[in-house]
Amino acid sequence: MTAIDTGAIDQASSVWQLRWRRFRRHRTAMASLVLLAALLLFVAAAGPLAALQGLDPDATDLLSRYDSPSAAHWLGTDEAGRDELLRLMYGGQMSLLVGIIATLVGGTVGLAIGLAAGYAGGRIDALLMRTTDGIIALPLLPLLIVLGAVDLTKLGFSSQFAHSGAAGFWRIVVIIALVDWTAMARLVRAAALSMKERDFVQAARASGAGPLYIVFAHILPNVTTPIIVAGTLTIGRVILFESVLSFLGFGIVPPTPSWGNMLNNAQEFVTTDPGLAIYPGLLIFLTVIAVNFLGDGLQHAFDPRSER
Amino acid sequence: MLRFILRRTAQTFLVLLVMSFVIYSLIGLMPGDPIDVMIAGNPGVTPAMVAHLREIYGLDQPLPLRYWHWLMAALGGDLGFSRTHSQPVLEVLGPALAQTAKLMLTGWSLSVVLAFILGTLAALKPGGKLDAAIGLFTFAGISVPVFWLALILVLVFAVTLHWLPASGMAGIDDGGIVDQLRHLALPVLTLALANTGTFTRYVRAAMIETMRMDFIRTARAKGLSEPRIVIGHALRNALIPVVTIMALSFGTLFSGALVTETMFAQFGMGKMIYDAILGNDYNLALSGLLFATLVTLASNLAADLAYGWLDPRISLR
Repeated sequence: MTAIDTGAIDQASSVWQLRWRRFRRHRTAMASLVLLAALLLFVAAAGPLAALQGLDPDATDLLSRYDSPSAAHWLGTDEAGRDELLRLMYGGQMSLLVGIIATLVGGTVGLAIGLAAGYAGGRIDALLMRTTDGIIALPLLPLLIVLGAVDLTKLGFSSQFAHSGAAGFWRIVVIIALVDWTAMARLVRAAALSMKERDFVQAARASGAGPLYIVFAHILPNVTTPIIVAGTLTIGRVILFESVLSFLGFGIVPPTPSWGNMLNNAQEFVTTDPGLAIYPGLLIFLTVIAVNFLGDGLQHAFDPRSER
Repeated sequence: MLRFILRRTAQTFLVLLVMSFVIYSLIGLMPGDPIDVMIAGNPGVTPAMVAHLREIYGLDQPLPLRYWHWLMAALGGDLGFSRTHSQPVLEVLGPALAQTAKLMLTGWSLSVVLAFILGTLAALKPGGKLDAAIGLFTFAGISVPVFWLALILVLVFAVTLHWLPASGMAGIDDGGIVDQLRHLALPVLTLALANTGTFTRYVRAAMIETMRMDFIRTARAKGLSEPRIVIGHALRNALIPVVTIMALSFGTLFSGALVTETMFAQFGMGKMIYDAILGNDYNLALSGLLFATLVTLASNLAADLAYGWLDPRISLR
């Protein structure tokens, strides 16, 4: 038997190699990846830089409010005399963490609901999808604000916990996850619906596989790529939600910095110290646009028809 | 068609009913207590009097019962009294609604016009340089925090250039129509820019799809000029579904309006709800939220019906 010359195709036969090749050709996505890596390094450097400079990001100094950039404070100080650069770095950790964790929580909820609706079908499907439609139709921000205003002690939490930083963090993760699972649920439902009629799933069912086995062994692996793309785009949206809630005073509460709450007094900054009004928002903007381009690039890379 | 309308309307009312209960419960979970607010600054109040007040206002009753009483009163047109405005809720809602309508309608129209121009230009040559540039703009629009966009516009147009006022609805000394429009300019621009990105994507996608259709090829074969094909044939066909989808984005637009109104001190629905929640004005917050939900659901319903009516390819179930 003579060897068949498969040429260049064989050189990179793995699916992931092909995807990586397509991704690399998406220039904005590649640039976004670099930018995101730089942003991660930036926020990760907060601890070391604070130790190196001997500064505390929460230490207020009312004698040096709105200081200009100097050797001690590279980006100057904010309205309470705190180091702006360090707060940007620590605030970034908070914003990114909320973005990722809330996406994971909301994504899991959406995944479960989408799988249940798509696989079970019938009445369960109708009920879950009408609920999803109902939530999509709502004016979300006002509702998020009310959820952010809820007094946790009235729900049976201790007063100590209700006013701790951890409660503030988990509260915003939970309220964002409560409303931002709909896109994921719709996507997963559609994928599950189309998958469950496929022959190999029917074959598995005929050989006695239970619904849980089918979902985990056959359906989930086949919907991974749309989930990754949707999840990436969700992170961007969640970071925006966190920033606006924190900005309005219903998210991460100072003194813990987040990019959103650093702009709490921004209307004042605009005239006194414009830099303070620009930096946090610029970082939010850069992060979210990079995440969105990354999602676009992934979509492109995962779709074999998108060869250019 | 009639069954479709009835079904969708019934669904909308059901969602509204469920939401009214959810919002009613949530408002009850806000910090503080109406009685605490009432007795604040009155040291002579005894626990017995507090208990009596609770009884009078029905606050000792279980949640479902309280909700039922509130619902009956609300359906009868009694939405209660706003604590912070010292006025019946309905009288506060009216002007706020008018202000928000003004802001949202102008902002929406401006972004629709911008989106049609940009989306059509991008769709002329998908993958080209112009498409890439417009794509960058749409991604920026989707990714920008609205409140920060507002700040930057204030920084540029109010603080640096002194062209426009930074906030408020009218100047103290002037207050004429030109002055009011000048105060509306930055909020409208913010809202429009924040929505143009998403809208442009709709237009671009619809235009690219339409330009692939057979009747476009026929028009080309007839020898029509390219502008006539794009404007007279493609745009006209892409217009209806796209505008309907844009009308469906009322909820997002309202969220944007809340931020914009808060930033620019415009007393509309968004700022009213925000202030009511901050100021523990329970009745006003509750009614404001419900009104916003009602209007959103109604506009979605209208858009849905219009969509089904205008596009015969949609099967009405």
